[in-house]
Amino acid sequence: MDLYEHQARELFEEHGILVPKAEVTDSPRGARESARRLGGRVVVKAQVKTGGRGKAGGVKLAADPAAAELTARQILGMDIKGHTVHKVMLAQPVDIDSEFYVSYVLDRAAGGFLAIASAEGGMDIEEVAATRPEAVARIPVDPAEGVTTAKAAQIAEAAGLPPQTVDVLVRLWQVLTREDALLVEVNPLVRTAQGQILALDGKVTLDGNARFRQSRWGSQGVEHDDALEAAAAAKGLNYVKLDGEVGIIGNGAGLVMSTLDVVAGCGARPANFLDIGGGASAQVMADGLSVILSDPAVKSVFVNVFGGITACDAVADGIVQALDSVHLTKPLVVRLDGNNAVRGRAILDGRAHPLVQQATTMDGAARRAAALAHADTTATATISGS
Amino acid sequence: MAIYLTKESKVLVQGMTGAEGMKHTRRMLAAGTDVVGGVNPRKAGRSIDFDDRAIPVFGSVREGIEATGADVSVVFVPPAFAKAAVIEAADAGIGLAVVITEGIPVHDAVAFHAYARARGTRIIGPNCPGLITPGQSNAGIIPADITKPGRIGLVSKSGTLTYQLMYELRDIGFSTCVGIGGDPVIGTTHIDCLAAFQDDPDTDLIVLIGEIGGDAEERAAAYVRDHVTKPVVAYIAGFTAPEGKTMGHAGAIVSGSSGTAQAKKEALEAAGVGVGSTPTETAQLVLARLEERT
Repeated sequence: MDLYEHQARELFEEHGILVPKAEVTDSPRGARESARRLGGRVVVKAQVKTGGRGKAGGVKLAADPAAAELTARQILGMDIKGHTVHKVMLAQPVDIDSEFYVSYVLDRAAGGFLAIASAEGGMDIEEVAATRPEAVARIPVDPAEGVTTAKAAQIAEAAGLPPQTVDVLVRLWQVLTREDALLVEVNPLVRTAQGQILALDGKVTLDGNARFRQSRWGSQGVEHDDALEAAAAAKGLNYVKLDGEVGIIGNGAGLVMSTLDVVAGCGARPANFLDIGGGASAQVMADGLSVILSDPAVKSVFVNVFGGITACDAVADGIVQALDSVHLTKPLVVRLDGNNAVRGRAILDGRAHPLVQQATTMDGAARRAAALAHADTTATATISGS
Repeated sequence: MAIYLTKESKVLVQGMTGAEGMKHTRRMLAAGTDVVGGVNPRKAGRSIDFDDRAIPVFGSVREGIEATGADVSVVFVPPAFAKAAVIEAADAGIGLAVVITEGIPVHDAVAFHAYARARGTRIIGPNCPGLITPGQSNAGIIPADITKPGRIGLVSKSGTLTYQLMYELRDIGFSTCVGIGGDPVIGTTHIDCLAAFQDDPDTDLIVLIGEIGGDAEERAAAYVRDHVTKPVVAYIAGFTAPEGKTMGHAGAIVSGSSGTAQAKKEALEAAGVGVGSTPTETAQLVLARLEERT
């Protein structure tokens, strides 16, 4: 779960890292008032969870409160790489002497965290790492010891950062561990003309698995840009909205990902990712179907279940029950395979729903679902009747 | 012989008395697993009846090992207690801890991973279906009845794709199938399993299942190129996954240009690994490679 810049800024501040004074608003009027409180001259920054804001025109300097209002009016509602700007942050400008880069990232291969630091901050760190790898220090952190003052001093020295950054490096590690973050990044970390070390911009990714012990996230919540994703999340479904026309339901993350690929391989585009897990109960099936059917882009639905722990006859019972509670408006292709597949298919045949058809293989079912999505409504009726 | 798990393995179940633990202990016993005990300090000294067998409950992993000689632990305890459970198992000197639990915070996984490694305990998982050596033993939640013993080794990030391939190749059969889990930090990697299967005289061919996120498959490809002489066939899921969206598994996410399915496929193919475009095509590739050998 990625945080917005203003949320990351708040976390840094709570952990004693210096940040510029700033306020957040969702209206041009609010921007004018914030700018006035902040001393007039402000930087207006679009709050979106993607990089490249500056190049897209999402970060601008405003000379006074009236200019801040005008600038906020331009930025609010702007689309940056598919993300709509709903809020802007107004921050006091900082007189920069030098810019650095620091982060703690998860090193999946090593199974631990890595400190990455460079005296060449402010720009794309991947580019610096690619062109001048010697300018970027990468130091593994022992999870049992963490970043002590001595460790921070080692990181700062390796990267050529001034000694005043040691305290920030220690506090940033506290943000990572106490907030259950998977990534904390400050870019740029700046030294001001007055000699202060300030986190000017930051990125924090929190670990969704740690929600149970990070109670305050409850109020913050996960923000879904998409209405269908929000509806699915409210029902506890593992759903991701995609751009296509074939709705997908399957059991197991890997199998569902694979189903998307196989549908795409048949020339259609998957409309979503939806993993209903091993149990595939009638209620979950009904909830999943209703979310998918409420997506106007969906032309056909592919239910792909492998009966392992839950055998296919139980899954078929679940589908039949779901069909009683959900008004099916689009053709449904079901592929049941694995334990008790024959019995499961017989149960679905017995229900004889006119919009439901079965295929015995995943590839065959994907082809059928793709063809149905491309056919018009009369053709659909003919195929499902055959 | 198989890898990591044989009929000689003596299995403890941490969290046996919970709903999932009970359900899967019954299934493991039915699959022939030598389950020698459960662990729950609040129910120590009792025993739980599973059909015709009474399985004792111990107060700690250490007591369980001392009483039974257990060398494998399967962990079903909830996410909040999983770190303590794995650390307890490592402290007691268990050889293999199979962590089924889904939803463990990454910082906990990082901590117990480092702790277990320092003590010589192998971890499989977390967030995995465990492993099965068909006809001998089943440690975890893989359905035992979808395949039979044979000479294919399988290592996979995904549970249901493992089942799908086990089922498609059920007439050939498997030496051992290892579900390593879809979390960002896992104890046993594709490479660990490749190395073990390469050394296993009962394995003729290795199936590797990967998915988007991280670069484990790319590293596995380099390992195959340099160290594996047995044929390897792979399947990668997630070609259509958009950047920045987590697809079910916590680790399944494309970040920027890294972790894409295409890059993994290309790396594997460059190492001489056949990569199927669907699970069924992958199974067909396996059959073709096996025929080439005979």
